[in-house]
Amino acid sequence: MSKRSSWSIPYVVFLVLFVVLPLVLVLMYAFQDGTGHFTLKNIGKFFTDKDALSTFAVSVEVALENTAICILLGYPAAWILSNKKYNRSAVTIILFIMPMWINALMRTLATAQLFTMLGISLGKGTLLFGMVYDYLPFMIYPIYNVLNKMDKSYAEAAVDLGATPWKAFWKVTVPLSMPGVMSGVLMVFMPTVSTFAISEFLTNNKIKLFGTIIQENINSSAWNYGAALAFIMLIIIGLTSLLSKDKEQAEGALI
Amino acid sequence: MAQKIIEFKHVSKSFDGKSVLKDINLYVNKGEFITLLGPSGCGKTTLLRMIAGFLEPDEGELLLDGKPLAGIPPHERPLNTVFQRYALFPHLDVYDNIAFGLKLKKVPQDEIDKRVRRVLKLVAMSDYEDRDVETLSGGQQQRIAIARAIVNQPKVLLLDEPLAALDLKMRKDMQIELKEMHRKLGITFIYVTHDQEEALTLSDTIVVLNEGKIQQIGTPTDIYNEPVNCFVADFIGESNILKGRMTGKRRVAFIKHEFDCVDDFEFDERVDVVIRPEDIYFTTDPAKCQFKAKVNTCTFKGVHYEMWVDTDTGYELMIQDYDPYPVGSEVMLYIDPDDIQVMHKERLCNTLYGKVKDEETITLLDGDFPLPNSFESGTEVKVEIPFDAIDLMDNLDDGVVDGEVHFILYKGNHYHLTIKTDDGNSLWVDTNDIWDKGDLVGIRLLPEKGIKITKKDE
Repeated sequence: MSKRSSWSIPYVVFLVLFVVLPLVLVLMYAFQDGTGHFTLKNIGKFFTDKDALSTFAVSVEVALENTAICILLGYPAAWILSNKKYNRSAVTIILFIMPMWINALMRTLATAQLFTMLGISLGKGTLLFGMVYDYLPFMIYPIYNVLNKMDKSYAEAAVDLGATPWKAFWKVTVPLSMPGVMSGVLMVFMPTVSTFAISEFLTNNKIKLFGTIIQENINSSAWNYGAALAFIMLIIIGLTSLLSKDKEQAEGALI
Repeated sequence: MAQKIIEFKHVSKSFDGKSVLKDINLYVNKGEFITLLGPSGCGKTTLLRMIAGFLEPDEGELLLDGKPLAGIPPHERPLNTVFQRYALFPHLDVYDNIAFGLKLKKVPQDEIDKRVRRVLKLVAMSDYEDRDVETLSGGQQQRIAIARAIVNQPKVLLLDEPLAALDLKMRKDMQIELKEMHRKLGITFIYVTHDQEEALTLSDTIVVLNEGKIQQIGTPTDIYNEPVNCFVADFIGESNILKGRMTGKRRVAFIKHEFDCVDDFEFDERVDVVIRPEDIYFTTDPAKCQFKAKVNTCTFKGVHYEMWVDTDTGYELMIQDYDPYPVGSEVMLYIDPDDIQVMHKERLCNTLYGKVKDEETITLLDGDFPLPNSFESGTEVKVEIPFDAIDLMDNLDDGVVDGEVHFILYKGNHYHLTIKTDDGNSLWVDTNDIWDKGDLVGIRLLPEKGIKITKKDE
């Protein structure tokens, strides 16, 4: 082993201890019954467990809604931030990013308190509000990055060729900023499927998400079933990122 | 009679208070190949972007076919641009890039097909329809960018340094093709470049710009053979620029010798003289010899040799010739009267306005200069400073005010510098010291060299 490649040893150790080993453990638990024998029962249980299936459906629905709202709010925000005409300082960008500096749990707790104080009953509305509040910066930032780096002459060329500024935006700016949108989607959609804290605080556990049932199973020592659910979620997240991989190769994306 | 297609009338533009175009008056004839030529920051791209509609003039008017363009947004102007870095849409293939404008205009599909194929043939890129634009080479992208613009049959094609990103060989090939395309299409081309050779090769008319002002408009031969000032002479091609004085009817003296010339200026007028390096000839005939010199350096440049010679009167000249002369050899030289370009001097001294502080000091350029005078304090005065009465110093603290070396001209035995002072004024300085463009200098005045101070109104 050459001298320089030995520098990688600490990272390899880290990866093995904190990434590979836990994954192997999840996998082992997911495919074992309580006595340590191999079984597919845990995986099978999920597909017959009505509660788990409907929670899963709700999770995906909430995640989709959250992602859609984040795109609708985040894209215009990113566009305005990247436009020198409206935004001349980096301060505004920092203001948008700043909530990310504060722990998401604290923000969520504070939001819940705020709703209680205002007498707004906790439910799906407050859940979505909390999620959008937590994840919006993750949508804005990658889109802003792509728009900011995009050569302005693309939009100018479109206008020069006879497109109104509106058409130039839809036919050129939006398609060219898709890598940023895809990054944003990955960063918002995947964590919202698996979150449980936000739904716990902002709906008082009235709405359960997929993350919630994993947490409940683990908490009630149903390690094997919990691990199986976690494994299923991993597969789904893996599939989503595979789907968007083509677009990811374009420049400017965050992941 | 040629028809004017584009006309600028007293157009000015500034960005953040900094003036980039000053009172531009210019017209472009229909079908012409006109080049806006100048160093970076001279305002040429701003002019082009104004025609395209991305910028509006602060003052003045811009006409297309005699009608004002003000208020017409870029997408409604019948003009198309070829951008510097092509700006081909990376998410569309070659066909869709070219068809972009036609689709927006709702041209029928079979007509689009026909026109796209026709322009692809014109730019020698048939069979590339389905290619991804990012897989094309620089030269190929350039062709597609041109095709995308001309397929819309614009009245005027605007080209913003379109060949700047190509390598030399490719650039030369594309120059010939552009010229050929212009001939075939008959569209007016407005071309922006900082490459003087490209401008000379391509254009019917060249507009030389510097610091937001038009310096000269003319055909390539006019501009090359008869530059109107030192900037144009220095920017276009190589040249020897020298101080001179008219000594009689069509007689001019420079490098301490007298020559016949073809320009008839006033007797005793101080002038600038431009001699192209290929216009100084070697001779072995003492009757023809006008002055002698010693060869100082000799460098092979491919087609010709470039030699620097020291004249018998102490001036350095650049000469280009097909034959080399050995370094150190004594040579006899002559110049044809036709090849001596005499120009009026733009200025004979620096003229500044200031205020008397006391009998020893005058406030000029935001600084208090020690200048003995006989005016009452508070008097507004005009101060005329000869080029050699300004002293430039390395150490900024030694000067009264600071400045930056902005432009350097070698005049055979000294340098003529343009200095931008901190308060935005220009000073012109003759010096024997070697400075570089961008050097920061301290500025001091030398009253003993004859600075003239008069009351402002006189």
